[in-house]
Amino acid sequence: MHDTLADVEPLVYKSQINVPYKWWAGETASRFFIALRDEKKILGTRCACCGRVYVPPRKVCPSCFTENTDWVTVSDQGVLLTYTVARRQLAALPGKAPAFFGLVKLDGADTALLHHLGEVEEAELRIGMRVKAEFAANRKGTIRDIAYFKPVQ
Amino acid sequence: MEPTAIIGVGMTSIEANKVRDTFADMVWEAVGKALGDAGMTIDDIDNVVTTSNDFWDGRTISCMAVGDASGARHKNVSCVEGDGTFGAFYGLTRILSGAYGTTLVTAHSKGSESASSLITNAAFDPIYARALGMDMITASALQATAYQHRTGTTAEQMAMVSVKNHGNAMANPLAQLPMDIAVDDVLQSDMIADPLHKLDCSPVSDGCCAIVIASESRVSKYPGKPVWIAGVSFCSDAYFLGDRDLSRARSLSSAAQRAFAMAGIANPAAEINVAEVYDAFTYQELMWLEAMGLCEDGKAGVRLAEGDFHIGARLPVNPSGGLLSGHPVIAAGLIRIAEVVKQLRGEAGAYQTPGARLGVAQGVNGLCGQSHCVWVLRRDK
Repeated sequence: MHDTLADVEPLVYKSQINVPYKWWAGETASRFFIALRDEKKILGTRCACCGRVYVPPRKVCPSCFTENTDWVTVSDQGVLLTYTVARRQLAALPGKAPAFFGLVKLDGADTALLHHLGEVEEAELRIGMRVKAEFAANRKGTIRDIAYFKPVQ
Repeated sequence: MEPTAIIGVGMTSIEANKVRDTFADMVWEAVGKALGDAGMTIDDIDNVVTTSNDFWDGRTISCMAVGDASGARHKNVSCVEGDGTFGAFYGLTRILSGAYGTTLVTAHSKGSESASSLITNAAFDPIYARALGMDMITASALQATAYQHRTGTTAEQMAMVSVKNHGNAMANPLAQLPMDIAVDDVLQSDMIADPLHKLDCSPVSDGCCAIVIASESRVSKYPGKPVWIAGVSFCSDAYFLGDRDLSRARSLSSAAQRAFAMAGIANPAAEINVAEVYDAFTYQELMWLEAMGLCEDGKAGVRLAEGDFHIGARLPVNPSGGLLSGHPVIAAGLIRIAEVVKQLRGEAGAYQTPGARLGVAQGVNGLCGQSHCVWVLRRDK
């Protein structure tokens, strides 16, 4: 069969979408980030219906579909529920590979917080290990105000 | 549910880089094949649902880019953002509403034209999580670690999924990565994010799929060979990864139970003849099989090693080669439906499951399988 495109050079146009956004963090996340920034405290919200404590805090309990109005301070220590080590230099990584990620359930919370792991050897990593928040020295009111979670010695 | 059927399917080949096809070119090809398969013309199509994603396509209202190619001009056309199984669900409900007798559903994407890691990073919550720099692969790696820990599934068992599916793809002329490989090839491929090696991950792909769904009264008007929709359901879990037990897929279990109940299937593991599931990563095939009740919980790796899911075995899983052999996101789930249709018609060629009467197709949307759509299809009415 004759290839009708045999003589057509495939032209490829390069472009990118670069649109600035700014998002109001919302009253719930704002309280969480202000406590991280100013007091190095990790806050959660508690559902008055099921009693679950959400970290990061949520305005609405996704299980009960009711508004969370109680604020609690949870521990800066908890347990590692799962982890990975990104070895390839994936485009989304904020720094150089390898990058350590984990889900950490803090003492006093019922949900786990997604974050970086640091000061840890690969061989040490295991589900169930105790970890502790290391706060960033220069805190700006973002999720990176916790630099990472490190093993409890 | 009133009887409805899929009466036409069309797929492009799945390739790493379809450099000579635009989105519209791919849709034009798949729609032409689906209409030809059904023995229809575009005039026989009552309404159109296109499925696409603006981030992947790099344009706002991406569905409008393929409207002309899907024959939607002067018709009622709507768009679903997400996996093609969800677009097909919407297309089905439009027929069940009684307003339309036929729906054309398309789903397309070209992963080659953008950066998967950056696009899937944008699926994370911009306030709480995006700045951490995770993407679909690292999120799935977290899930794989949790799943292995809970079930004892080994790296070798996961690798066997890759070996099986790349091997199955050797019989599928549309597949991107047919390969004759061994478990060691998987285990020795680059570690992308523990525990996922390169060959535990599906590739970046381009491709498109189209299907035609019809009401019972319209099915008989066309020569296409119908495959009947016996049950369909979808269900979503919590958005935040830390709110879920990542080692389980509760929403998939719910969706599957409802879909099987609709189809009158009491024991899916014994009754389903063929399955096409969303194997974006090796562990996912195992995890999804268990969550759907097609295998005992935590035992899919063991059953795979025993040969249960190979072509010719009791339950062939991803005989087409699955997503590990070609993964155009968005189209991926619709391709699973189209592959099951081919199986139930006896038209799957060298990867045919002989005598298949009942099949299941599964699609996924969201990080770590947040939501799942399950289709149970039947050869006979």
